[in-house]
Amino acid sequence: MKSLEELRAIKAKMQNSVQLRGVEDEDSVTRVVVGMATCGIAAGARPVLNKFIEEVQNRGLKNVLVTQTGCIGVCRLEPIVEVITPTGEKTTYVKMNADKVAKVVHEHLVNNKVVDEYTIANAD
Amino acid sequence: MIRNHILVCGGTGCTSSGSQKVIEALNTELANNNLQDEVKVVMTGCFGLCALGPIMIVYPEGAFYSRVAPEMIPEIVSEHIIKGRVVKKYLYTDTTDEKGIEHDSLSDTDFYKKQKRVALRNCGVINPENIDEYIAYDGYEALGKVLTEMTPAEVIQCIKDSGLRGRGGAGFPTGLKWDLASRNKSKIKYVCCNADEGDPGAFMDRSVLEGDPHAIIEAMSIAAYAVGACKGFVYIRAEYPIAVRRLQIAINQAKEYGLLGENIFGTDFSFDIEIRLGAGAFVCGEETALMTSIEGNRGEPRPRPPFPSDKGIFSIPTMNNNVETYANIPQIILKGADWFASMGTEKSKGTKVFALGGKIVNTGLVEIPMGTTLREIIEDIGGGIPNGKKFKAAQTGGPSGGCIPASLIDTPIDYDSLAAIGSMMGSGGLIVMDEDNCMVDIAKFFLEFTVDESCGKCTPCRIGTKRLLEYLEKITEGKATMQDLDDLEELCYYIKDNALCGLGQTAPNPILSTLRYFKDEYIAHVVDKKCPAGVCKSLMQYKITDACKGCTLCARKCPVGAISGAVKEKHTIDPAKCIKCGVCMAGCKFNAIIKE
Ligand SMILES: Cc1cc2nc3c(=O)[nH]c(=O)nc-3n(C[C@H](O)[C@H](O)[C@H](O)COP(=O)(O)O)c2cc1C
Ligand code: SF4
Ligand code: SF4
Ligand code: FES
Repeated sequence: MKSLEELRAIKAKMQNSVQLRGVEDEDSVTRVVVGMATCGIAAGARPVLNKFIEEVQNRGLKNVLVTQTGCIGVCRLEPIVEVITPTGEKTTYVKMNADKVAKVVHEHLVNNKVVDEYTIANAD
Repeated sequence: MIRNHILVCGGTGCTSSGSQKVIEALNTELANNNLQDEVKVVMTGCFGLCALGPIMIVYPEGAFYSRVAPEMIPEIVSEHIIKGRVVKKYLYTDTTDEKGIEHDSLSDTDFYKKQKRVALRNCGVINPENIDEYIAYDGYEALGKVLTEMTPAEVIQCIKDSGLRGRGGAGFPTGLKWDLASRNKSKIKYVCCNADEGDPGAFMDRSVLEGDPHAIIEAMSIAAYAVGACKGFVYIRAEYPIAVRRLQIAINQAKEYGLLGENIFGTDFSFDIEIRLGAGAFVCGEETALMTSIEGNRGEPRPRPPFPSDKGIFSIPTMNNNVETYANIPQIILKGADWFASMGTEKSKGTKVFALGGKIVNTGLVEIPMGTTLREIIEDIGGGIPNGKKFKAAQTGGPSGGCIPASLIDTPIDYDSLAAIGSMMGSGGLIVMDEDNCMVDIAKFFLEFTVDESCGKCTPCRIGTKRLLEYLEKITEGKATMQDLDDLEELCYYIKDNALCGLGQTAPNPILSTLRYFKDEYIAHVVDKKCPAGVCKSLMQYKITDACKGCTLCARKCPVGAISGAVKEKHTIDPAKCIKCGVCMAGCKFNAIIKE
């Protein structure tokens, strides 16, 4: 170890790990909840979950927690993803896939703009 | 991409309850489901709830599973990991919650809510065998800062300002100790870490070394820079194999990264650490005995002065601190002296780790801000006394300390408050006693320990503690007189004043403090020949009352044939034969057998 920069490079490399194990400030966390019951998995929830994790980690988004849950209840609309902001506003996205995830991350998580076209309100 | 981390405790407690098997089962089950690239299994140090081990925590949800068995793993993987449904029935249920509410998250539980983790901050959070994880949690930042931005004098001032005092027992101000060591002009100096931890029932230092060994390496390096030392020794008992192994792994990793060795962080500072194993004698925790033992000699104390800061290991000036003292150092450097001084009381800053044991619902390791009251520890964190019994007293400071009676349960836990009531902080053992504990018996337990552990070098301790124990035996057998009580007390003070080292000087404390708060209990043994708590066997008798239906069960169960009586008639116990094993009383369906 020849300098603090070297140390910080290792630290940066490890940052993903740290983030997974709990966020510093619980009250400022946006939660992304992916429905992962049998119906969700059959409909392709796993790639959706993985894409979320990848995008969040690649963009280094702090205070975003990607978790899973069981059946959300509307099996024909799976994969379903809920985004819950720190203030408790809940947006439910339906029929998700990896491409849609990229857009939700970019618009909703980064720019705080709900992607209306994917929400349950606009589902057919 | 990793989406879940599963942390499994690899501390001594959970290792002995089978956490390695849990890790194996997890790895197999994850591989069977092809999840090994998505889920990472991490072995950590102690979470503090060892009695409920093996402990496992799943992130990002933070679901806290306790008493995990390998058989539960397939269900947890298929339900929780694959489908995202936390398996509630295996979660830790907060035992203090009467409604039986389950807690998903650790920090919500009563056990953790009032705790404040500084020395234990990485225990149960990182993998202690992976230096990168330590670095991820700000590891070695403090050392980097000290070496590149601060002078040794600034470091010492920072530690002084923080108000940190030694956690090894005596509570000597750490900054002052460093200052004195730095003033010695010797070209060669050493730093030393006392990881002997001989107090029976204590395992704070072990947990820090097992859960966060790099913190000790970093702190010793900082201390070495501050006092001008080139080499460090860690004295650790060989009975701590996991701690020894993890510390050795950590030292090797630090060397590989150039965090130990020559020209650390590109500066002129060079430092190395060596582990020395102790054979597990209590007296070797005393710093002069410890240093003698490191030199390869029999671990006996020697008079001070000369103090170790002038003449330490191999006669080289040596600065010695306890493990937990060191564990606070990197945080103080990074977060500042003011941050540390904002916790605790006027004269006792920061936090203290306790090993909570005895008659308490949540046994385990707790870290609390100084000044927390004994009541908060026992009732809130500890979850109270089991089986509806009444709290009687708590013993702090182990064999060197004293007891705190129930009437003083609101005493704030800090160095000076404890000393004022005749106990001491000690290294952090905290044993809770209920109404079924006999205080004379407790004093006897500690004296048996010190008699065994006295090194024998000086007469007051070698012979005096033995005599003390004999008095206590006499009392518990109902053979003592009131004169004996007075003589006992006088001998206590004599030993305190005349023993060579701290072991002998503090050995009478458990007697003096129980005499102070529970004199009536001593008198009951001496005058009434009774043990009020029903512990001292010689002073009690088993008797069969008129409730006896003559079922003959007790007579058949008694291992020595002390019970006689015809069927359907009242039985009797022959006191001459009875060995007071209690089997008859436990077995009687009519509660006809009593102990008095
Ligand atoms: C009999 C006896 C046993 C001791 N055992 C320990 C011990 O196990 N660990 C410890 O750190 N200090 C122990 N000490 C205290 C040490 O002598 C010394 O004060 C301490 O290590 C200094 O570190 P600190 O200033 O960081 O507390 C013991 C003292 C006595 C008299
Ligand atoms: S007080 Fe006891 S342990 Fe200490 S030197 Fe004397 S005999 Fe040894
Ligand atoms: S206490 Fe034990 S030895 Fe005594 S009478 Fe009962 S069963 Fe027999
Ligand atoms: S050893 Fe696992 S919780 Fe203490």
